[in-house]
Amino acid sequence: MCSCNHDHEKDHVCSCGTDKLVPIPAVVTEIRTETPDVKTFRVVGLDGSNCFDHKPGQCAMLTIPGVGEAMFSITSSPTETGYKDFSIKRCGHLTDWLHSMEVGQEIGIRGPYGNPFPVDTEFKGQNLLFIAGGIGLAPLHSVINYVRANRENYGTVDILYGSRSADDLVDYEEIKNVWEKEDGINVYLTIDREQEGWDGHVGFVPSYLKELAFEANKTAIICGPPIMIKFVLQALLEMGFEKTQVYTTLELKMKCGIGKCGRCNVGSKYVCKDGPVFRLDELDELPDEY
Amino acid sequence: MQKTAGLIKKRALELLADGTVTKVLGWEEGDFIYDVTPAFFDKETIDSLVFSSFCGSNLSKYLIKACKEQTEGKILVFLKPCDTFSFNQLLTEHRIDREKVYVVGVECKGMLDIEKIKALGINGVTKVIDNGESLNIKTIYGEKTCERSEVLLEKCTTCKSKELVVFDEVLGEKAENENSQDRFAQVAALEAMTTEERYAFWQGELSKCIRCNACRNVCPACSCMKCVFDNIQSGVASKSNADTFEEKMFHIIRAFHVAGRCTDCGECSRVCPQGIPLHLLNRKFIKDINELYGDYQAGEEAGSRAPLVNFTFDDAEPSVIHERGNS
Amino acid sequence: MYYIEKAKLSELFSKIAENRSLYLPVKKNGQTNFAHWEEGTEYCDDLKTVKSAKDHFFPQTESLMHFKTEGKKIQINQDKIPDEKTVLFGVRGCDAKSFKILDSVFMSEPQDAFYTARRENSVVITTACSSPDEACFCGVFGVDPADPKADSDVVTWFAGDKLYWEAVSEKGEALTEEIKDVLSSSDEKEVEEEKARISEITKLLPLNNMSLSAFGGDKTDALFNAPQWDKLSEACLGCGSCTFVCPTCQCYDVRDYNGANGIQRYRCWDSCMFSDFTMMAHGTNRPTQKQRFRQRFMHKLVYFPANNNGEFSCVGCGRCVARCPISMNIAKVIKSFGGDK
Repeated sequence: MCSCNHDHEKDHVCSCGTDKLVPIPAVVTEIRTETPDVKTFRVVGLDGSNCFDHKPGQCAMLTIPGVGEAMFSITSSPTETGYKDFSIKRCGHLTDWLHSMEVGQEIGIRGPYGNPFPVDTEFKGQNLLFIAGGIGLAPLHSVINYVRANRENYGTVDILYGSRSADDLVDYEEIKNVWEKEDGINVYLTIDREQEGWDGHVGFVPSYLKELAFEANKTAIICGPPIMIKFVLQALLEMGFEKTQVYTTLELKMKCGIGKCGRCNVGSKYVCKDGPVFRLDELDELPDEY
Repeated sequence: MQKTAGLIKKRALELLADGTVTKVLGWEEGDFIYDVTPAFFDKETIDSLVFSSFCGSNLSKYLIKACKEQTEGKILVFLKPCDTFSFNQLLTEHRIDREKVYVVGVECKGMLDIEKIKALGINGVTKVIDNGESLNIKTIYGEKTCERSEVLLEKCTTCKSKELVVFDEVLGEKAENENSQDRFAQVAALEAMTTEERYAFWQGELSKCIRCNACRNVCPACSCMKCVFDNIQSGVASKSNADTFEEKMFHIIRAFHVAGRCTDCGECSRVCPQGIPLHLLNRKFIKDINELYGDYQAGEEAGSRAPLVNFTFDDAEPSVIHERGNS
Repeated sequence: MYYIEKAKLSELFSKIAENRSLYLPVKKNGQTNFAHWEEGTEYCDDLKTVKSAKDHFFPQTESLMHFKTEGKKIQINQDKIPDEKTVLFGVRGCDAKSFKILDSVFMSEPQDAFYTARRENSVVITTACSSPDEACFCGVFGVDPADPKADSDVVTWFAGDKLYWEAVSEKGEALTEEIKDVLSSSDEKEVEEEKARISEITKLLPLNNMSLSAFGGDKTDALFNAPQWDKLSEACLGCGSCTFVCPTCQCYDVRDYNGANGIQRYRCWDSCMFSDFTMMAHGTNRPTQKQRFRQRFMHKLVYFPANNNGEFSCVGCGRCVARCPISMNIAKVIKSFGGDK
């Protein structure tokens, strides 16, 4: 198919077409405040659709006209139909604006971008260990709910999630009321420092990971701040995990999402199309610049 | 020139050897004589230090970063007379540390512009021999000659001074500033234009701008940690001319930001890939400051207070003077 | 092979401009760049335009879409895909090759609709380089300045008092058919002599024999941590002049402009040399100028070939040699990794 998405030959050059950089309009139907600086936005196409289909771990570009556009990972699972959720931390120019939105606001959306986690291939039949820190739960949330919806395809599921404080745990209600209560899913929560009213584990994610001393018969899926990822990877390797058992997702500046604008180029890869999901052994092939 | 080049290398070696300095900031040899690159040298690398009539670049701005990184010993820097004004201005603004720098002043009779040589139709230049008055130019199309005065860098045609205003020692023979044209003649010509003519002039020049930011990045007065034009929150951040208004604003705002601090080193125009005479914007400010507050040369004296930041009761009110038509 | 008297160039240009928009090198305010030809516009035969010919297909700034907002409602209107039929005259062989490199970025799936339309609607007329300069090293990248027929529709030569014309593609044949009235048939004698003359000159070009053996798609490990980058990048000002005059640099930014005529989303050239290129809210993966400098050259000489069957993303035009404020350039990079051997 040609670039316009119409029914032309692949090599046909089109002047009728929609450029890939043009978003479609969509509406924000629900806004949940997750933490003091994270909100989850539910986005629905103007025709009531889910805008486009995606796979767990893929991303989408969100546009606020006049403010700009940025790439966000899609938080909802493809198994949740009719909408897309985005858990977004307030940390810059565009996210400030997103956080000040009200329900009913229309925005632009385009996607899906990037490669997904291999949920239907390499992950199948595997025991899964999810490790997330802070807003890093957002991309893993999609995978976790996909796995829950297709539970019979996977082995054990362990979720280790930590954040600065209890107030900063994203999706706390869902974790407590849904995930923790489901058979065959073990959830381990931790926060960085002691806090009144918190009787769970206290300590950084990497050290809790070592305490938990998981067997290395799992596939680990990691997302979080760079410093957490660094120490989690060290811990996993110490625990006997092979690099081929570990997956993570990268975040780099992106403008086009289609491997042309050059921003997310690391080595010969473009994170927007060759990533953002990388297996640790693939990541090792890249120059240390991500 | 060859003699000065020899002196420079010899002196750099001596000062490194006796421990006066730990590194040297100068110019590194290129593939052709005109493509020298600013570089830091130590004892091992000093061999590729060169000095020629194409060392027009002003090295002072590199000292901002170098001074921060220098923990022990001094940095030797070679400064031409006009460069020393920039050095002083950076001292005034506390951007560099005098104690960490050993300044070797290099006398200068004007630097050359390869673009002007090529504009004479001399193409394929592989070597230029500066005989003082004329140039012997080797090219792949045979040997050519031209007059030195024809191919001076723009900034050297209106040299503001042959005085080294700061130095620890001096190399070379002092040159006379006899051929320099009136520095403000071009500004006066612009002032004499009608508003429409002047608008058309700047429209023609500034519409060539490709927003490469070379003028800003080379400018010793543009030493902000983060430029307003790189700050997305500023509302004026832009990489390119989204419309014609913005491309002019970039240069005009920059001229305002450096007004009173610009020493007229001319680097902005030297580096512009599109040959925009950006120095004329700055020179207009200098001329106005001179006329409103009395002659002032930024960088002439370290620590001097520029008229724009030095209130006195006798200060002129520019808007009043403008209305009276006296400016 | 056809020819037209040099003195009658304006007749040729008028004829071409009857059905298509013609763009060619024009000197304005002392600088030569590609510009639209109108009756009276004078062609400038300078060896190199300051900006390459790339902005004919990938303009420095172009509007992609406009937004309308009303309360919480938004409307997204893509700007019209350009449909102007154009002819580009006076393109040097190096710039013609750069189009092929840009094609592999913008016309690979998913195609860029704006670029693709411009490219398809254009005819490229190359002109042989009668006087290459010392900064030229297109031979290193397989460009023939004497006979720039690769990636071209029509090749032309200025020789004696004539402009010689040879169509080398279907598009070129079609254009030739349209304008045949102003052309006369010719043998190839004078062109062959001119080609031989240019080929002799290219042998004298000091940078034209550099070796690229240190580079290529499999050289990341060998080059990324090489000590040379410290020295090479030391004086880099972090400006974008190399990027913006480069015919193959194609990184871009997308920005919104909220002006008097509504909200416009435009694309503009960007540079990996700029400190904000990869800046995100939480920082950048290339905080130092050394990293940014290295990225530009690694991309051209290693990463791009890795993704494009060994093709380098440089055409040896030498614009960076002429324009870098501190005279650092890709030739010096190539040489510092043994390219002069």
